[in-house]
Amino acid sequence: MIPLEGQVRIPSGCAVSAMISRDGRRMNGEQIIQSMVPMHDRSNGLGGGFAAYGIYPEYKDFYALHIFFNDKSCQNECMTLLKEYFEIVQDEHIKVRKIPQITDEPIIRRVFVSPMQSVLRHLQIDEKELVVRTVNRINAQLDGSYVFSCGKNMGAFKAVGFPEDVGRYYRLEEYEAYCWTAHGRYPTNTPGWWGGAHPFCMLDYSIVHNGEISSYDANRRFIEMYGYKCTLQTDTEVITYIADYLLRRQGLTLEETAAVIAAPFWSTIDAKPEAEKQMYTYLRNVFPSLLVTGPFSIILGFEGGLMALNDRLKLRSMVIGEQDDMVYIASEEAAIRVMAPDIRNIWSPAGGEPVIVRVKEGAF
Amino acid sequence: MNFYPEFEVVRNDSRCIRCRVCERQCANEVHWYDADGKVMLSDESKCVNCQRCVTLCPTRALKIVKSDCRLRENANYSDQTIKEIYRQAETGGVLLSSMGNPNPLPVYWDKILINASQVTNPPIDPLREPMETRVFLGKKPEHITRNADGTLNTQLAPQLTLSMPVMFSAMSYGSISYNAHASLARAASALGICYNTGEGGLHEDFYKYGKNTIVQVASGRFGVHKDYLEAGAAIEIKMGQGAKPGIGGHLPGTKAVGDVAKTRMIPEGSDAISPAPHHDIYSIEDLRQLVYSLKEATEYRLPVIVKVAAVHNIAAIASGIARSGADIIAIDGFRGGTGAAPTRIRDNDGIPIEPALAAVDKRLRDEGIRNNVSIVCGGSVRSASDVVKAIALGADACYIATAACLAMGCHLCRSCHTGKCNWGIATQRPDLVKRLNPDIGSQRLINLMDAWRHEIKELMGGMGINSIEALRGNRLMLRGVGLTEKELEILGIAHAGE
Repeated sequence: MIPLEGQVRIPSGCAVSAMISRDGRRMNGEQIIQSMVPMHDRSNGLGGGFAAYGIYPEYKDFYALHIFFNDKSCQNECMTLLKEYFEIVQDEHIKVRKIPQITDEPIIRRVFVSPMQSVLRHLQIDEKELVVRTVNRINAQLDGSYVFSCGKNMGAFKAVGFPEDVGRYYRLEEYEAYCWTAHGRYPTNTPGWWGGAHPFCMLDYSIVHNGEISSYDANRRFIEMYGYKCTLQTDTEVITYIADYLLRRQGLTLEETAAVIAAPFWSTIDAKPEAEKQMYTYLRNVFPSLLVTGPFSIILGFEGGLMALNDRLKLRSMVIGEQDDMVYIASEEAAIRVMAPDIRNIWSPAGGEPVIVRVKEGAF
Repeated sequence: MNFYPEFEVVRNDSRCIRCRVCERQCANEVHWYDADGKVMLSDESKCVNCQRCVTLCPTRALKIVKSDCRLRENANYSDQTIKEIYRQAETGGVLLSSMGNPNPLPVYWDKILINASQVTNPPIDPLREPMETRVFLGKKPEHITRNADGTLNTQLAPQLTLSMPVMFSAMSYGSISYNAHASLARAASALGICYNTGEGGLHEDFYKYGKNTIVQVASGRFGVHKDYLEAGAAIEIKMGQGAKPGIGGHLPGTKAVGDVAKTRMIPEGSDAISPAPHHDIYSIEDLRQLVYSLKEATEYRLPVIVKVAAVHNIAAIASGIARSGADIIAIDGFRGGTGAAPTRIRDNDGIPIEPALAAVDKRLRDEGIRNNVSIVCGGSVRSASDVVKAIALGADACYIATAACLAMGCHLCRSCHTGKCNWGIATQRPDLVKRLNPDIGSQRLINLMDAWRHEIKELMGGMGINSIEALRGNRLMLRGVGLTEKELEILGIAHAGE
């Protein structure tokens, strides 16, 4: 039997795509689904997924947990655990469209939760930390339950299949988001497991990623010191935890985070003005184990924006397109041409150069 | 008791031109010229097989071979075991040895293989792309802090910056010569790495290499004073040494001459025997006091290294050190070299560096304190691939000493304790010391490190890694061959094929 995610390390190639409105206009999922069609050959049918921001305005104060359960008993076990720490605001099926391309589905639930204040006081942690710990615990310890999205006013939708089929399966044309990211997966040694598809999410951070990082075990062993558990053994998972650790726990800016993950070369740093040189040197000195090497292009989604980043040698393709309030990002220009046929402003960011797009303040 | 010598000098008389180089070069006085017979003769019983005469013989008339005249074979009582008993029966003395444990014990480096990229991610070509080997050793902060204007506060605990993750390990002035120290200091300086004074103090001529010098404080406190502490880039407290865990350093009086004695601040000709423990450290809390005493003395400008021998309980010991205020832990494996050690201790005490390193790195990570300290490992790191394997197991950098001695000309005859090193390294005899030219010695050390750096880059590039920090602790890049499950578990690596 072929080992599953978590039992073996799984490298994979992939396709990524994203669209975001700087004005915070909400758009349905049709375009982002279509953008994955010309990149069909970059996936192999073993995983596709999407992340959408701004989709739950009526529940924006609650954490939206998207959960896969193998069966009813797993669901009961997981819900019992959740109820110890959270008020359950809403517990519902995620609506899907039955199509022949997507089969063997688990139970897919959406649970809006609110952390219990008494629990937070008792554990002396903030609510985000409680969500992280609880999700890690469910994913690491509860067999047959897997939380694949846990942010506020956002959600991930993923499955085994080609991304365009996954999009139709989840009826993404019925959701409206100011930012969409998408992923098609080409794993090389997995039978495909729903939880292993991208995006990979932690709180409102979502990562879609194309590449195979060579620093994986250095990154994993470092980040696991801080309470994260890399249960899937995928690059995307560890990059998500790195982003959470640097952005939320260390309080680095996006630019600083990019300078850790895809650090400038020493030759570049040493040629910079003194203040910048000190800053970059400091970041490389303090977080050496979070440098990510090997080919990658990632799109990190978060509340109110996204960041696209290539590895420092630009070993994976990634292009950016801009038109009016829209910014498009994709592995291939063809994908952007589907979303914006008349687009003129298309360019490739340099290796290690973060492209950060923020929605206007107050518009999300 | 008289034995047939261990080595035979084989002289091809038809090639020998009686130039008498061998005679002049041999400090052990093996060779001499018999004027009557016009022939070179030798007393092989004095030969240590250092190969000096072989190397310098202009006509290749000489070779040294292992004698085949042995005691009757016995798998339990080897020739060496029996002769050692005879020697002790004669003298009542403790057997002395030099350099690292030569016995056929497991070398785990040789049972670990390195990964390379194929298809799913690309190897990186160091000739065409940047490939970085710079490392910083020292304590990292748990949380970043910011200045009032929001910029990062870049103040850090003192760090040691190295251009590549290799340093020259401690060898005292006394155990090795002035010219050997000069070679090491100049090479370290040119390479942007560090060498280590060992426990014999720092000759005043070498203070100028301070930025690339680690000054050692050992249990004998030889040569330790305020200027000495302030001269270096880091201070190392030597708690133990891989070749002789549990005992102190040992410099025979014959080597404590002239400047050596002056630098050590001891009377000339006296044996410099360091106590087994530091007499102010009988427990971990005492270590903390010494760490902070040294930091106070140097105004917290320098990182403090605590060097320990790899012993059975090394993980717990390292955990204690990581909480003692030390910035760097140096672990020295049981195959590490020495200028003089009791044979029984050298050959039987301590554990190999590979499992010790793996256990320490894992323990510090399990306790979440790996960032409190950097780890330097030594005790037989022989090549660039050993370095790469050590970094992937979890080391920040490696210490090398035997390899450095070899670069300077050492032929591993393991006779350092006699003080008659024909290569000018482990000796204080002026006529021998001058055989090591520091211009050449330092250049050969630089060459060796340049070569290793190229090889490290090639190996990293093959793995698709373009900076050394992405290799550190990256055990997925290693596979074991022919190791038991327990060994693999301790090393934290999978078996080849997994």
